[in-house]
Amino acid sequence: MFELIKNLTDKFGVSGNEEEIREFIKGEIKSKVDSIEVDALGNLIATKKGNGKKIMVAAHMDEIGVMATHIDEKGFIRFSNIGWVSQNYSLGQRVRFKNGTIGTVFFEEKLDDLKSLKLSNLYIDIGAKNSEEAQKKVNIGDTAAFCGPAELAGDMIISKALDDRSGCAVLIETIKNLPKTDNEIYFVFTVQEELGLRGAKTAAFRILPDFAIAVDVTLTGDTPDCKTMEVKCGMGPAIKIKDGSVVCHNDVRKLLTETAKKLNLPIQYEILERGGSDPGAIHLTAGGIPSGAISIPCRYTHSPSEMASISDIDNAVKLLKESLIG
Amino acid sequence: MILKELTELNGISGNETKVMEFIKSHAVKYADNITVDSMGNLIAMKKGSVGKYKVMLSAHMDEVGLMVTGYSEGMLKFKTVGGIDERILPGKRVLVGDERIPGIIGVKPIHVQEREERNVNIKIKSMYIDIGVDKKEEAEALSPLGEQIAFYSEYQELGTDCIKAKALDDRVGCSILIEALKNSYEFDLYACFTVQEEVGLRGSEVAAYSVRPDIALVIEGTTCSDVPGVDEQSYSSTMGGGAVLTIMDRTSYVDKELVKFLYNLGVQNNIKVQYKKTTTGGNDAGKIQLSGTGVKVASISAPCRYIHSPVSVMSKNDYYACLELTKLALRELGKEETMKRLLNIGGEKNV
Repeated sequence: MFELIKNLTDKFGVSGNEEEIREFIKGEIKSKVDSIEVDALGNLIATKKGNGKKIMVAAHMDEIGVMATHIDEKGFIRFSNIGWVSQNYSLGQRVRFKNGTIGTVFFEEKLDDLKSLKLSNLYIDIGAKNSEEAQKKVNIGDTAAFCGPAELAGDMIISKALDDRSGCAVLIETIKNLPKTDNEIYFVFTVQEELGLRGAKTAAFRILPDFAIAVDVTLTGDTPDCKTMEVKCGMGPAIKIKDGSVVCHNDVRKLLTETAKKLNLPIQYEILERGGSDPGAIHLTAGGIPSGAISIPCRYTHSPSEMASISDIDNAVKLLKESLIG
Repeated sequence: MILKELTELNGISGNETKVMEFIKSHAVKYADNITVDSMGNLIAMKKGSVGKYKVMLSAHMDEVGLMVTGYSEGMLKFKTVGGIDERILPGKRVLVGDERIPGIIGVKPIHVQEREERNVNIKIKSMYIDIGVDKKEEAEALSPLGEQIAFYSEYQELGTDCIKAKALDDRVGCSILIEALKNSYEFDLYACFTVQEEVGLRGSEVAAYSVRPDIALVIEGTTCSDVPGVDEQSYSSTMGGGAVLTIMDRTSYVDKELVKFLYNLGVQNNIKVQYKKTTTGGNDAGKIQLSGTGVKVASISAPCRYIHSPVSVMSKNDYYACLELTKLALRELGKEETMKRLLNIGGEKNV
């Protein structure tokens, strides 16, 4: 599992630029599904055909990042955020553009008060001497991801983009080990989740499933002086009750809970007060689609050093696999 | 150019009829089929010689404005429709309702304002519209609750290349769509003149759903902040810089291949093009992209200084750059190999 996640998180996939990660995932699952298609937005839809229930399983491929918006005469690059990017987490970090160009994110030091730091006070230094040299490597509109290679720390994995490559890993492992079933299952690796659950909306409209399960990360309440939340790393995958975009359908929640009980898996319940996730878009599609989610507890979300437990991810695979064949 | 007529018509979001009728009177000469849907979107369709693909052009007919929400004796109280910087309002001339009743936006005179009042921005709730009547009954009879109020601003040429008008956002797009209807194409062209963009991209969502296009181009007026006091890195677009291509804004991350195709087309044909440098704002592309099973979209916009005010300023050269780029793009999209490449047909095989 660590190797797979290391490979997945290493791939470039800033929202709207999911080509590299999509190709990698395609390579992993190609031989295990009946068909693969890529829709107009870039969602990867892998189908396991059948005559039973029509189920959509979603995990988003995209990760947060930045986009170059201006290059000054000295070659420093101003940028805009893609998805929710924290100015504080960004300070001193490295970013990698799609073509491999590396840069440091730093701030205008004249700033009086670090508390008033905004993204517009930050710039990327790619070591160029002037605008011309910079533009040989980076142009306006080019995107970059934060650097944060995967490392193992006990049962925990530290990496960028665990949101939501850990969910992608759960889908891939499920596809590779799916027991025989009549159900028709659509594994969707969605795009542009971080920009407002966009890919999931068009994919759900194409599939119109009987119900949907998403796999994504969620916040935790298990670090010093953090906000209260009943989710902890290492205590099992969380079954989503609600977040800012969806109240999960009772039937899907029940299916997941009862499956976990049957398998004797440790689980937790997720009640997320802010933020949204793909089920938020899926459940409102067409005439409505019952939706739920398995969430992987993840610390330091949207930083280059997110942290999640491998055993939680392994248990999420077990839970998903069994839930799909019933 | 019919921009003078288009910008002098009033069409506040939700009441675009006058603009729609004017556009219809032109479109009817060129389109094969014209429909007006339940929201008021005007969809002019031109059948293609091949008709294998559907291309949607979208421009919104509505403009920002005000709405009557109450009375203070004979004065009208009002709220904004769409995004307006309330600091620009005092002293402006307006036209109320379809009858175009003239009025003035008034505030408490400066000599009776308290010292503290002078130091803060006057809020809309302290403003009123004076239509020259004394009694509430008179005001009510002339402009009932809910009546829409437009800026009064005549189309005017400035310098050698610029024009000043209200509602350039997005009568510019409407004008270009009418021009585009004059040519014939291989694909079916759907010129969609949409409603209620300024209150949340509403019309385009249903228009796109009924058209279900393969590709959509949104033609717009966009922000231009190349003015004194703004750092160059914060210029959203530059006046005279040509057609603005959006890469990402709050509502969409447009199709990368389609934008590259438009940019290269401009460069190869000596049409000035520029990328929008900020990622704020949004337009119909956001809703069209996510309609149905998803649509490949891009936006072509003319830079407009002082947008959402009675005095938007635009360069005619930029307008023509947008027009030429749109026309050229449509001609290119008529080629089967271009369409196949952009739609990635044959690129993703079933296994």
